[in-house]
Amino acid sequence: MTIWNPKYECMSDDEKHRLQGVRLRETVEHVYKNVPFYKGKMDSMGILPGDIRGIDNLRDLPFTYKTDLREHYPYGLFAVPMDEIVRIHASSGTTGKRTVVGYTREDIEVWAEVCARTISSCGATKSDILQNAYGYGLFTGGLGIHYGGEKIGMSVIPISGGNTRRQLEIMMDFQSTVISCTPSYALYLAEVIEESGTDRSKIKLKAGIFGAEPWSENMRRDIEKRLGVLAIDIYGLSEIIGPGVSQECPEKCGLHINDDHFVPEIIDPDTEEVLEYGKQGEIVFTTITKKALPLLRYRTRDISRLYNEPCACGRTTYRMEKVTGRTDDMLIIRGVNVFPTQIESVLLELGETAPHYQLIVTRAGTMDALEVQVEMTDSLFSDEVRRIEDLEKKLKFNIESTLAISAKVTLVEPKTIARSEGKAQRVIDNRDL
Amino acid sequence: MLVKQISVFLENKEGRVAQVTQILSESDINIRALSIADTTEFGILRLIVDKPELAEKALKADGFTVSITEVIAVSIKDEPGGLAKALKMLHDDKISVEYIYAFISKTSHKANVILRVEECERAIESLETGGFLVLKASEVYDI
Repeated sequence: MTIWNPKYECMSDDEKHRLQGVRLRETVEHVYKNVPFYKGKMDSMGILPGDIRGIDNLRDLPFTYKTDLREHYPYGLFAVPMDEIVRIHASSGTTGKRTVVGYTREDIEVWAEVCARTISSCGATKSDILQNAYGYGLFTGGLGIHYGGEKIGMSVIPISGGNTRRQLEIMMDFQSTVISCTPSYALYLAEVIEESGTDRSKIKLKAGIFGAEPWSENMRRDIEKRLGVLAIDIYGLSEIIGPGVSQECPEKCGLHINDDHFVPEIIDPDTEEVLEYGKQGEIVFTTITKKALPLLRYRTRDISRLYNEPCACGRTTYRMEKVTGRTDDMLIIRGVNVFPTQIESVLLELGETAPHYQLIVTRAGTMDALEVQVEMTDSLFSDEVRRIEDLEKKLKFNIESTLAISAKVTLVEPKTIARSEGKAQRVIDNRDL
Repeated sequence: MLVKQISVFLENKEGRVAQVTQILSESDINIRALSIADTTEFGILRLIVDKPELAEKALKADGFTVSITEVIAVSIKDEPGGLAKALKMLHDDKISVEYIYAFISKTSHKANVILRVEECERAIESLETGGFLVLKASEVYDI
């Protein structure tokens, strides 16, 4: 299997640490000079850019939290003038405020490079036809993979998400060989192919790169068997760059991190202490080449482990275990980030205190379904069915427009949502991920 | 004049009405009339009881969502067209009825109807003008 950029993906530890050290120093100087937030943080910790001599000093630097991005909404953490920003993406935030990320032309080039590595790792080359079924738009998935595919020289079909009938028609007529989408959508496609009695010989797919939501080994086996492809897990988050942060190789023994651009650490989420290789904790990334929005030790809230042993594929990058959970209450439903507090903000619009609520996530067949249960309160209750149904409709509309995914709203009797230590349990995730 | 009706929010699942009636029984509350409006997801149980305040307290203490709504109780002749005449009166006066349910009393040979309307005063006036007997709350509770 091809390695897109062996020079950087197969470095010795010494070479890598030297390169990371140089790039980290440049990044720290850049943010100290251009981002008041980082200057303030470093000054208060008594650290000057000159104190950062190598990659070993990474742990002396301050952490960055999602709340920092929100508090500096929209452009407060950008390290370059807007004249140099050529692209803006955004993802959903915890309370309605989006997380905004910017890119310089150079950043876009880096992004294309790391996405080229991501796509190459499933064996794709310029001879392949890529059906890119990630959403195009504010979400980084679509355009990130698009640029990566073009960089390789693949024929990229920018079909974007949804419209399954059209996906299948184009898949057959254009003879797509590689597909990129969420794993749950891949399973759904497989299901539709089976149900429609499509002639399998017309489908030329051989590999798929699947990400943007957590999935299990069982799901992988299912996709590989039913869609007839090699299924590769890819990982990324818009704050770091989007897709292209890490990806599996066909050995499927963890995701190779593009660590010449993004330096990983695993920490204990409570003490923030750095953990050794192999220990489970929260994965933290420092970007060392980004210009528009460099982030120091960004707390991803994703739970993983780091491995440093060489991989049979020949790459020497750090590998991260498939993400197994979150240290906060964020859910990923049909590829969309959902925070329970977003529901709370909708419910607060009904009155001064929000009624108790619970999110129940299930996977019916291949697609995730979200049910929001809301406890009836005296002030919401009416003796007329019509008014209660109107309330349900209004809640459904507001929840769906806030979350950008469909949801079922069910009004339940008071005290029926389980509470532990007086606090309601906000989420029940019944998906077998 | 106005009768206090207890409305209880119920999820559409087994045993909920039984639970409500059990609580009322334990508080020695007698049910005079009852109706349920239900959808696939939930139901609203509407009750006329002899001690509405006590019923509200007892049900709330047990965690139910309860509201008290004022409704009209009207006594009509238990014969064909009895109800039709009363409703025509209201319709002619442009008073719309949200919901309606009937109950019988042990003593008289009349049918009693509970009416939920937006404008109670006007409805009472309309019915009384038409010669209908609008029951006093105490009469209903003690039926």
